[in-house]
Amino acid sequence: MAKRKSFYRYRLLLMALPFMVLILLFNYMPVFGWIYSLYDYIPGIALKDCDFVGLKYFRMLFTDVNTFRVIKNTLIFAGISIILTPLPMLFAILLNEIKLRPVQKIIQIFSTIPNFISWIIVYSLAFSLFSHDGLVNAVLQVFGVNVDAGNTYNIMGDSNAVYWFQSFLQLWKTLGWNAIIYLAAITGIDQELYNAAKVDGAGYFKCALHITFPALSETYFVLLMLNIGNLLNTGFEQYFLFKNPQTASNIEVLDLYVYRIGLESQDYSYGVAIGIMKFAISVLLLTLANKAAKRIRGEYII
Amino acid sequence: MYTKKEKPSRRIFQIFNYILLIGFTLICVYPFWTMIIYTVSDPSVADIKAPILFPKGFTLNNYKEILVLNGFFHSLLISILRTVLGTFVTVFASAIMGYLFTKEEMPCRKVLYRAVVLTMYINGGLIPTFILIRSYGLLNNFWVYILPMTVSGYYIILIKTFVEQLPKELEEAAVIDGAGYFKVFTSVIIPLSKPIIATIAVFAAVSHWNSWFDNYIYTSKNEGIQTLQYLLYQYLNQAQQMADQVKNSHGTISSAAASISTKGVRMTITVLAFLPIFIVYPFMQRFFTKGIMLGAVKC
Repeated sequence: MAKRKSFYRYRLLLMALPFMVLILLFNYMPVFGWIYSLYDYIPGIALKDCDFVGLKYFRMLFTDVNTFRVIKNTLIFAGISIILTPLPMLFAILLNEIKLRPVQKIIQIFSTIPNFISWIIVYSLAFSLFSHDGLVNAVLQVFGVNVDAGNTYNIMGDSNAVYWFQSFLQLWKTLGWNAIIYLAAITGIDQELYNAAKVDGAGYFKCALHITFPALSETYFVLLMLNIGNLLNTGFEQYFLFKNPQTASNIEVLDLYVYRIGLESQDYSYGVAIGIMKFAISVLLLTLANKAAKRIRGEYII
Repeated sequence: MYTKKEKPSRRIFQIFNYILLIGFTLICVYPFWTMIIYTVSDPSVADIKAPILFPKGFTLNNYKEILVLNGFFHSLLISILRTVLGTFVTVFASAIMGYLFTKEEMPCRKVLYRAVVLTMYINGGLIPTFILIRSYGLLNNFWVYILPMTVSGYYIILIKTFVEQLPKELEEAAVIDGAGYFKVFTSVIIPLSKPIIATIAVFAAVSHWNSWFDNYIYTSKNEGIQTLQYLLYQYLNQAQQMADQVKNSHGTISSAAASISTKGVRMTITVLAFLPIFIVYPFMQRFFTKGIMLGAVKC
């Protein structure tokens, strides 16, 4: 029996095999593709027949005038999204104060729904709202602003507005959804604490300040730290869609630059090198977050 | 919970709070509403002045035109096929892997599980992935929608955590009755894991329905497997280019007219692409919410 059992357990491996192969093919093999950055890779020619160029493409990163601009854009978007991280917590606290259950439910459903709509649709909505013949300009005309048709304003083509406008779209899409986790955390707070505080004479705002906020800040920091490693990966589809000739120089983040160099200009090797640099910056941010977590909360996140 | 006498400051806060949150909710919903009312309005009126609150006139002509539009019906079918098949494959893969990783007698269990979890943090990047997909012969192939998205570390963790907390007795009873691993999986684990499976299914379905970038970079040359989202992308791209042209040429009549005629098409496809999610979401919301909760517990 025991012998049969020990042989039989290899069936478990057999059942997992097809899926492990998929992981190898689609998740781990691409990492080996980093080697392209050391060669002058030309599509269609085997890698061993391509010229080995060593660190040429990594040195190029430091002389490329675009590198600094693209990293700057990436960090600005990342910085704004970090600044906005307390908003879902605030939203949850406010939503919890809506005591009419049906209203609360409806707000919750409709504020979370944009999170599940594709960026193409968001782009389509933005296009029909903000473009020159869009609804916003039409409404402005109703109120007598921009009566002259040649004077319409399209925020999507305003390069100065890119950073905050794109961040606003992101916030619009994710705020309600990101609040849900805090909403759950609030319901998990012991009601006794509030009752005790009230006996001690604390008003509503004192309760929020001394009970709700500290209880949520734990969740807040955990989520913040977890998100930092992923910060540079977000927004690719969004920026890709909203990029246009007017905004290109400000909206181009590292991912978009990789796409432009690698797939549009077919300069695969340099594209891979930029991708590796992005990975290095991500790791750096994660390490910093980890150190910060250790100092603030006394434990590492990873 | 209500105290009989509320302080005035509290009342003011409450009123302000309702206005703020209902206002935000309206901002979330309003853009979708403007699309819907535009597509059912009488085009001859709507094109001159877009409806702001309610449709102007009522006609389903836009929808009738879309149904006969070249390529629309086919992309809709591809999107549905992709969503159904992709969801099924992802759910099956996540469920079976999650279950297998709960079996302590599995050889190399820890190493394999780590390899799966690590996929959430490791990413070769756009270019190496593209080169590989091409070398696998998956360019312009329907399976490029399904295969790379089949195994997801996150879903597997969710299933594994769920299965671990199921009572062991049922599984043992099935084993005594002579059931093998796969039989236990299909007749015991799957029925018991329905809540978490439903949660993963809704997430997988939404991400398949919404995908377009894989269509854009891998399969743009094969019109036979074009998805609805990508079709919409093409119309938007066209509209953007026309808008640029109109702007540069200070509005020659012909291109302006062209941009208007595609506007109805564009908007109608948009509505048809978000409508399924709007219809399904309110009923499925608890499954979505459960997903994020379980993820949080894992953290």
